[in-house]
Amino acid sequence: MTGNITFEYPQILAEICEELFKVTQGRVEITEDTELLGDLNLDSLQVMNLLLHVEDRFDISIPVNILPDVKTVKDLALRIENLMREA
Amino acid sequence: MGLFDKFNGLVAARSELGALGIDPFGVEIERIVSPTEGIIHGRHTILAGTNNYLGLTFNPECIAAAHQALDAEGTGTTGSRMANGSYSGHRRLEEELAAFYGVRDAIVFSTGYQANLGLLAGLTGPNDVVLLDADCHASIYDGCRMSGAEVIRFRHNNAEDLAKRMRRLGARAKDTLILVEGIYSMLGDRAPLKEIVDVKREFGGYLLVDEAHSLGVLGDRGRGLVEESGVLADADFIVGTFSKSLGGAGGFCVSDLPELDLVRYSSRPYIFTASPSPATIASTRQALRILAEGRALRMRLRENYERLHAGLTAMGYTLGATPSPVIAVVFDDKIATLKFWRDLLQRGVYVNLMLPPATPNGVSLIRCSVSAAHTPEQIDAVCAAFAELRTAI
Repeated sequence: MTGNITFEYPQILAEICEELFKVTQGRVEITEDTELLGDLNLDSLQVMNLLLHVEDRFDISIPVNILPDVKTVKDLALRIENLMREA
Repeated sequence: MGLFDKFNGLVAARSELGALGIDPFGVEIERIVSPTEGIIHGRHTILAGTNNYLGLTFNPECIAAAHQALDAEGTGTTGSRMANGSYSGHRRLEEELAAFYGVRDAIVFSTGYQANLGLLAGLTGPNDVVLLDADCHASIYDGCRMSGAEVIRFRHNNAEDLAKRMRRLGARAKDTLILVEGIYSMLGDRAPLKEIVDVKREFGGYLLVDEAHSLGVLGDRGRGLVEESGVLADADFIVGTFSKSLGGAGGFCVSDLPELDLVRYSSRPYIFTASPSPATIASTRQALRILAEGRALRMRLRENYERLHAGLTAMGYTLGATPSPVIAVVFDDKIATLKFWRDLLQRGVYVNLMLPPATPNGVSLIRCSVSAAHTPEQIDAVCAAFAELRTAI
């Protein structure tokens, strides 16, 4: 599911925050505890499109099946970190 | 959280529409006059949003076949095919669909939605990987979810992106199911099928093409984009619907793979659903015969959609894709789109309103679907309504 290079949690978190900053155009402060749907008001399609960008950055494919368990930015970063370790 | 609290957002959205005096999702066609005309709000209205691509809903031979089946076999089957038996018409239609595509077998489902739901939920499971185009229809997403398969999206119409994801899968790629559509329902654009097939040839895997909006529309015999692109033999599964170009209700999957028949036994949407009524099956069988020989209908359809596409382009509208029977006019502003849709209806033109998140890239769409049964005068009347409103925005 991934390339040979693995990334640590802080790097993954930073990348996600950067992508979210673009999506929200800097309107909302983004932290680990920010909720993708609740705080950022993203719809399901926007979240899935966010994954496409994150996938490119880390050369990883992220199944959309993970999304029901992802509420916060931290949840997403941890899931991606796990996917990279499992690969 | 209360049972109905989840609807709060919906209630707010409906109130917003109510304040504008718009009810785009509750339109009642008070009387159907023809495949392309109905009475809405007491007014004669051109129907340009019904997916009735070949205009067969009033075809006399289809109606006669339905009447005959109704008289001979009754109003309904009252049960599922597994538990209560198939009628001979179900099997004959499956044989005719398989022969139409030149493949081994077909399964008929009760709706087009259930064709995707039933096939995907029956065919794939938690240990499988599905790679789907990001713009695939909700029925495909729902079928994947029901299956429990690992679902990975690739960028819309981007074979290179698909290849990248296939490469990442390594040894699992050869068993992956790739899902694309012939014509995408929102923007009306076509899959780059030859390039998708090239990826499949390089990495292995299976290809499913949903031809819901391209059956009867593309290809010399109307077999869709697989025929037009010359890759029919490379599509492992072809899914389609009876409710668009065939003017009925129901869906199907055809395949040359002998394992297709096994899906019947693992597909809950197939097992636990009442089978299509005899009248529906009879009209669909007749419509399929007309569709296969329907080159003149396809030519007329093409003339109509090229006429509308050219007219809207000349007015400066931004359109979703090159000409096809699905012509989507792209807007940035949701409220402006809502009002535009309302104003078209007031001018006697019914089209579809598509809003985010159902649309790609967050755009709002006024979506027209063109029929072979539209007259050139009706197409011109649709153009005239768009032209009138162009000056207002």
